[in-house]
Amino acid sequence: MALFLVNVLDGFVTGLLLFMLCSGLTLIFSMMGVLNFAHASFYMLGAYFAYQISLVTGFWVGLLVAPLIVGLIGALIERYGLRRVHKYGHVPELIFTFGLALLIEETIQFFWGKSQLPFSEPAALDFAAFAIAGNAFPAYKVFMIAVAMGIFLTLLYILTKTRIGMTIQAALSYPETVQNLGHNVPLVFMCVFGVGTAMAGLAGVIAGPVLGVFPGMALQLGSIVFVTIVIGGLGSLWGALVASLIIGWLQTFATAYDVTAEQVLTAIGFTKPELIWDHPLQDLWTLTLPQLGPILPYLLMIIVLVLRPQGLMGNRES
Amino acid sequence: MNKFNLMMATALAAGLVAGAAAAQEKVRIAFTDPLSGPFATTGTQGLAIYRHSVKELVNEPGGLLDGIAEFEMVPFDNKISAKESLIQLQVAMDQGIRIIAQGASSGVANALTEAVAKHNRRNPDDPVIFLNHSAVDPALTNDKCQFWHFRFDANADIKMDALTDDIAANPDIKKVYVIGQDYSFGKAVAAAAQRFLQEKRPDIEIVGNELHPIGKVKDFTPYARKIVGSGADAVITGNWGGDMVGLGKAVMGAGFDKPIYTYYGATSGITAAFGEEGDGIVKLVGAGQVNPAPTPEAQEFIEAFYVSFPDLDFGQPQMANVAPMLAAAINEVGNATDIKAIAYALEGMEYDSIVTGKTLMRESDHQTIQTVTVQGQTPEAAFDYDNSGRGMVAETVVELASNDSPTTCEMKRP
Repeated sequence: MALFLVNVLDGFVTGLLLFMLCSGLTLIFSMMGVLNFAHASFYMLGAYFAYQISLVTGFWVGLLVAPLIVGLIGALIERYGLRRVHKYGHVPELIFTFGLALLIEETIQFFWGKSQLPFSEPAALDFAAFAIAGNAFPAYKVFMIAVAMGIFLTLLYILTKTRIGMTIQAALSYPETVQNLGHNVPLVFMCVFGVGTAMAGLAGVIAGPVLGVFPGMALQLGSIVFVTIVIGGLGSLWGALVASLIIGWLQTFATAYDVTAEQVLTAIGFTKPELIWDHPLQDLWTLTLPQLGPILPYLLMIIVLVLRPQGLMGNRES
Repeated sequence: MNKFNLMMATALAAGLVAGAAAAQEKVRIAFTDPLSGPFATTGTQGLAIYRHSVKELVNEPGGLLDGIAEFEMVPFDNKISAKESLIQLQVAMDQGIRIIAQGASSGVANALTEAVAKHNRRNPDDPVIFLNHSAVDPALTNDKCQFWHFRFDANADIKMDALTDDIAANPDIKKVYVIGQDYSFGKAVAAAAQRFLQEKRPDIEIVGNELHPIGKVKDFTPYARKIVGSGADAVITGNWGGDMVGLGKAVMGAGFDKPIYTYYGATSGITAAFGEEGDGIVKLVGAGQVNPAPTPEAQEFIEAFYVSFPDLDFGQPQMANVAPMLAAAINEVGNATDIKAIAYALEGMEYDSIVTGKTLMRESDHQTIQTVTVQGQTPEAAFDYDNSGRGMVAETVVELASNDSPTTCEMKRP
């Protein structure tokens, strides 16, 4: 039971971290209508900038400044890059973001090299907040939960309760009408892109000390982020949250419990072949749940796409 | 006067060029490892160790063949791909290079050793020699052994032998958790750990033995929880790169404060990433030792390395043996072109290494037998890794490790 609780908490942290990435991506998707392939690269930029800043000023200044720089870069890229490509349609936009992802990765390797960077949690949070049956739960993870929840509530408030939020939502759905009403829609788009990338940057800063800062960090999270927003429903903030948490728990629990194919197969009445090491079905019989873990989100995505193509909380595009 | 000066200078320059040309017969070594991409650090570090040992241990002390020749390193970037390596092998051979060095990834080494064997079968008068400085898959000197392949690193089994010596000597260890990457090397490590522990300390219980997807795990926390939950007194892992950092940080973050035995848990950013948390916990098994420098010559040699390459680590001591051992073989043969004679001279060679002690190139399987150490991370290391102020200090030293280990190699000699 204690271990179950620990895993619930761990999965919650993983899920919230994923959510910080997905929330920005899903907003940008509803704006551009195409996926931003470079989104995870902004996450990586956030981690690298924060590392660099933390060398001079310590972690906390990096936490505040790095996302701002990433957001600014994102806004500039939207203003001077994406906006020009936008008029040629979706495919050039897609290719633009794809190229951007490669460019960012190479640039980072050029400046910071290819090894892991020693980016660690701040000393003030480097202790175990509590322990459940001998399993330490780091204070830093409590901090991660707090930041992610804070972001979610702030975003939700801005988008649904404020004038700016309503303008954004209107601009996302009916850009021409909003423009005709006298709002500066391109500016709105630029800000949404900037805020979305800044949030990816922030996710990078707080994930860096836990998941490591290295040139492959964007690639590692890139695909799972897309899977999450597809499951949650493209463009839906609530959907992104729900899907992130589902995936976080799915992966944590799949790794935590050593259910083997042998147990399942014998339970439903098959008998294990004697000479399993020469058996054609050897791979099936020796499979374990932790090995399956990494493909479960993709499996879930396929099931969701088949049963509910608009995603768990998405609105069907007409 | 001016004209005279100019003439003198020209004559002097011509003389210098001629003099240099005399000593400039180059024996080229093709260094084929990743020099770009995610594993570039490994290749760059290896190349630096080679360049340093070529300079300090061969060229400057007198060169080859009484000074008429010297080594030259020619780097080839194989991007850690077997396919790319075979292309680079061809390029190197087309340039007339007959000495190939490689080490990062046993997969690549397997491809190269086959290609070299095939080439030599077809061109018995123009063979190529393959010097493997760090690919540790035991098969290379067992089932897949061949005459033209020489391994200078201790293979995975030899390392596990030394590592389990260290565990066996520690009565506090009663439960061990084995975790690794899901591919041939991870499986080889797990099998060797099981075999040696059973042999040396049958009372030790292996409380976990699992493989995780290689390079795909984002967060190792659930694995760390299982390790802590199993009550293990030690962890053994063959993980490298990002998987090593991720696993190490998660396990230590979950409150595990007992030894983590690794094959690759240091340098290339890993020591810096672990930082203070890894002190006294992270152990590494490897050939030779850096701290404390085993000989005064090694002290001087490693100091000079850090002067020449301040941003890199002297991470793989055994790589410094390749050039001097090859030089000894060439000097014994009397020329650098008779590759077959050189290979025969290398076979069975005994060499007093400054970093790996008494070192033998075993005749039966071309596996080097040398000092293998289990090292522990500490802030009190004379030579640190990643400029982090901490390094690996030898704790258990096994001379001529696994000298009597069996081999399944049936060497066919030309």
